[in-house]
Amino acid sequence: MQTHPVINDFVVRFANVNGTGSASANNMFAKAIFRMGIPVTPKNIFPSNIQGLPTWYEVRVSDKGYLGRREGVDIMICVNPQSMKADIAGLKSGSYFVYDNTKPLHKEFIREDINYIGIPLTEITLREYTDPRQRMLFKNIIYVGAMSALINLDMDILKQIISEQFQGKEKLIAPNHHALELGSQYVKEHYSFPLKFKLERRDLLKDKILFEGNAACALGAVFGGATVAAWYPITPSTSVVDAFSEYAEKFRVDPESGKNNYAIVQAEDELSAIGMVIGAMWNGARAFTATSGPGVSLMQEFLGLAYFAEVPAVLIDVQRTGPSTGMPTRTQQSDILCAAYASHGDTKHVLVIPSTPSECFEFTRQAFDLADQLQTPIIVMSDLDLGMNDHISDPLAINEDIKFKRGKVLTAEELENMDRFGRYLDSDKDGICYRTIPGTHPTRGMYFTRGSSRDEYAIYTEDGAAYKRNMDRLNKKWETIKSYVPQPEFYQNEQTSDLGVIFYGTSVYSALEAKDDLASQGIHMDAMRIRSFPFNEEVSDFISAHRKIFVIEQNRDAQMRSLLINEMDINPDKLIRVLNYDGLPITAHHIESIISKHLDVQPNASKSNLESTSISAS
Amino acid sequence: MSFQRPNFRHPELPVNELGYRKKDYEGSLSTLCAGCGHDSIGGALIQACFELNIEPHKLAKLSGIGCSSKTPAYFLGNSHGFNSVHGRMPSVATGANLANRDLMYLGVSGDDDTASIGMGQFVHLIRRNLNITYIVMNNGCYGLTKGQDSATADKGSKSKAGSVNEFQNIDLPGLAIELGAGFVARSFSGDKTQLIPLIKAAMAHPGFALIDVISPCVTFNNNVGSTKSYDYVREHIDATSTIDFTPPAEEITAQYADGSSLQLAMHDGSLLHLRKIQTGWDPTKKDSAVRALHEAYAKAEILTGLIYIDENQEDLHALLNTTETPLNKLQEKELVPNSSVLNDLNASFR
Ligand SMILES: Cc1ncc(C[n+]2csc(CCOP(=O)(O)OP(=O)(O)O)c2C)c(N)n1
Ligand code: SF4
Repeated sequence: MQTHPVINDFVVRFANVNGTGSASANNMFAKAIFRMGIPVTPKNIFPSNIQGLPTWYEVRVSDKGYLGRREGVDIMICVNPQSMKADIAGLKSGSYFVYDNTKPLHKEFIREDINYIGIPLTEITLREYTDPRQRMLFKNIIYVGAMSALINLDMDILKQIISEQFQGKEKLIAPNHHALELGSQYVKEHYSFPLKFKLERRDLLKDKILFEGNAACALGAVFGGATVAAWYPITPSTSVVDAFSEYAEKFRVDPESGKNNYAIVQAEDELSAIGMVIGAMWNGARAFTATSGPGVSLMQEFLGLAYFAEVPAVLIDVQRTGPSTGMPTRTQQSDILCAAYASHGDTKHVLVIPSTPSECFEFTRQAFDLADQLQTPIIVMSDLDLGMNDHISDPLAINEDIKFKRGKVLTAEELENMDRFGRYLDSDKDGICYRTIPGTHPTRGMYFTRGSSRDEYAIYTEDGAAYKRNMDRLNKKWETIKSYVPQPEFYQNEQTSDLGVIFYGTSVYSALEAKDDLASQGIHMDAMRIRSFPFNEEVSDFISAHRKIFVIEQNRDAQMRSLLINEMDINPDKLIRVLNYDGLPITAHHIESIISKHLDVQPNASKSNLESTSISAS
Repeated sequence: MSFQRPNFRHPELPVNELGYRKKDYEGSLSTLCAGCGHDSIGGALIQACFELNIEPHKLAKLSGIGCSSKTPAYFLGNSHGFNSVHGRMPSVATGANLANRDLMYLGVSGDDDTASIGMGQFVHLIRRNLNITYIVMNNGCYGLTKGQDSATADKGSKSKAGSVNEFQNIDLPGLAIELGAGFVARSFSGDKTQLIPLIKAAMAHPGFALIDVISPCVTFNNNVGSTKSYDYVREHIDATSTIDFTPPAEEITAQYADGSSLQLAMHDGSLLHLRKIQTGWDPTKKDSAVRALHEAYAKAEILTGLIYIDENQEDLHALLNTTETPLNKLQEKELVPNSSVLNDLNASFR
């Protein structure tokens, strides 16, 4: 057996069947590691199906704090015979395979180079429980209990989590605790060897939280003052509105009247959802919708209207694998171009791109200020990985006193004291005009909002010069926007380099790990994380300052690279594609291998012998 | 191009109770074809709003795309307007209404805008019972794209080019009743005496109110063989009732002793008087209203007037239990939980 223990640095994968209640047990497993103060990254890899197909839950533990997905499984907990063959084939040499040994394993599943740990899960549940549903649910708890004994996962913490989870349903606490013990006891009684992979308590996480991006966006909407949410269900954005609804019920019901200080409408489709958002924001409320690629496609016409008529709107795009229906439950960053240029004609939209749950919160909250200030749609570009998986993140934070930035909205008094109101007059020479909210003043400030060309006083015209003046002003506004949106983040090196690396969104996790790994081999790179579109000076300066730049993305066509080239007249040869588009989160190993190959160096030996673990789900 | 009217006001023009003249309810000069039915409807809207003493800035007019949807520029120039995208006005109106329940909402649409490209949104607007007056300027054809048949064109009706429409028509009032709309009427752009009180009643109705107005397109659908031409409509019109609408502020003087008249009290206290012409029909009963529509259709007649009314429905705000204060008036203190809440939330994520 193995002699060198590996502490807090391994990948555990659970192979389950969806619809069997495994999700909460698996979450508890990750949360317990988090509470032990150890950096942990859980990922759900699930099928587009409700019940019966294989689903995996992968947990990476990393003392070094690397939170990207890592290839190669060290411990496999197999609860799904359907996927067993592939699950075993995907294991690294020397790894562990934990399985239900109620029946002996068929010999096609036997590999000489891995360790088998049998736990009679079915037998235990048959013995302990009579109800078939209980048998199914407690099986999950039992294997978590077994894991506790196998890798030193803190039993007290597990029990504590269960007690918290079932607050209000106290009757369920003891049976769950018992199930944990059943698993742990079985392991203790039947196995004496220590596993090579072990957990050890740390204090690495301080005030960090473990949270998912979609709920963080929902809280951003609550704190950003959104009162209208209109949406149409689509994976993986649905939980944004589900969470908004839950938080709104908690924080937005007027205590005196019992009435709601919010309205949520499940629209008939995405066209309607964005239409409602536009109508509400035109009328002075803060509104948002959440969707994914197919929904963005349907919203295009309305987004063009909002851009041209200058109506604020907030759209949260939780990207998934396209094109078309693609792989609805897998992740990608492939709506970049379609969001940036949504709609016909010369249109462009403001994108803000969070990387962490705390940025999901902050950028969504800010999106409402930006929409009002800039009078244009703001699209929050999240993705499935960020939205639906838990991530270790800074805590959500606000300034003590949030003051909404409502932008250039004229009051009745201001209208009273001005000459003629011109809705599309560039009075401040920043391209942003003054607007009025319907109902403000009996005789002043009225105008017609329309998607057709108009003059500075909002009067319909087909005069080419007036149209051009307006389009040029919109471009000027675009310049102004550059100073409003989140600025790029730079990751400093001790050593300067003529190599650069650019990434955005969830690619950050593996990109930073790859950067460190490459640096340990003597390849140093400066790094920049893009956090918004339009790009500002800092982005173009970074690109000019480097000879060669790797652009890391999770799509096939290098969409951000195209956007950079298109918007900033960069020599395309300078920007090298580092792409992953199999629907799983990009890994450091993958990034390193592409960069190493390009630079013609041998990739890090310790990582290159990892077996491929691509998972196929039909 | 749109041309603005001069601001000149004749000193002797009559004023309404709010001190507004009829001119205050007008808009810029119409660019529609001379004689277009849509302009007559605009005229009726101006008269109705003047008579109803509406504060122009307390009304928002929203439309889609089409000649009909252009008309909001030609009336109520002191109201905010929103010309949205083709067929999708209902969603914009829904958002606007959710943001500020204190304004009145007027939706203006065409028959293609509503019955074809916008059918989905129209249907769901009714389902949600948004408080809006929804006027379809129904000419049975596409005006702005030059005369194609619309989904409301009657089967067998002839286009200007001479081709016969082979498809079933969609009857918007029938559909609206089926979907549960609380106020459904039909009228004719050339019949102001009927149309104006209907608009006033629709505006006083507390939920969704549809008026399907047959509005001949003089350019593309006023030919022999069209069932939406002026001549055809005039010859085949069958009014359900004569209508008299009394707003709540006025003293109620209308007599209704006559046994054949019906008086309906609206939620805001105003009264609607219907004097029946059609017999055997009751506008407060769904099945009766639907039957009347079918019978008229079978006789190639166009039933006009108030076809169906149900005053006891809850509108979208009631259904969503939203606060009385318009959502767009709520401030930070009502909307943003304090920072200790965030600390507690953070603690719960550990
Ligand atoms: C998405 C989209 N498709 C097509 C059009 C072209 N279009 C403009 S108006 C119109 C027909 C309008 O007909 P209707 O609603 O009956 O109004 P009318 O002009 O007859 O009053 C069409 C098809 C458009 N503006 N947008
Ligand atoms: S084309 Fe027809 S609908 Fe359009 S303005 Fe002319 S008459 Fe009216």
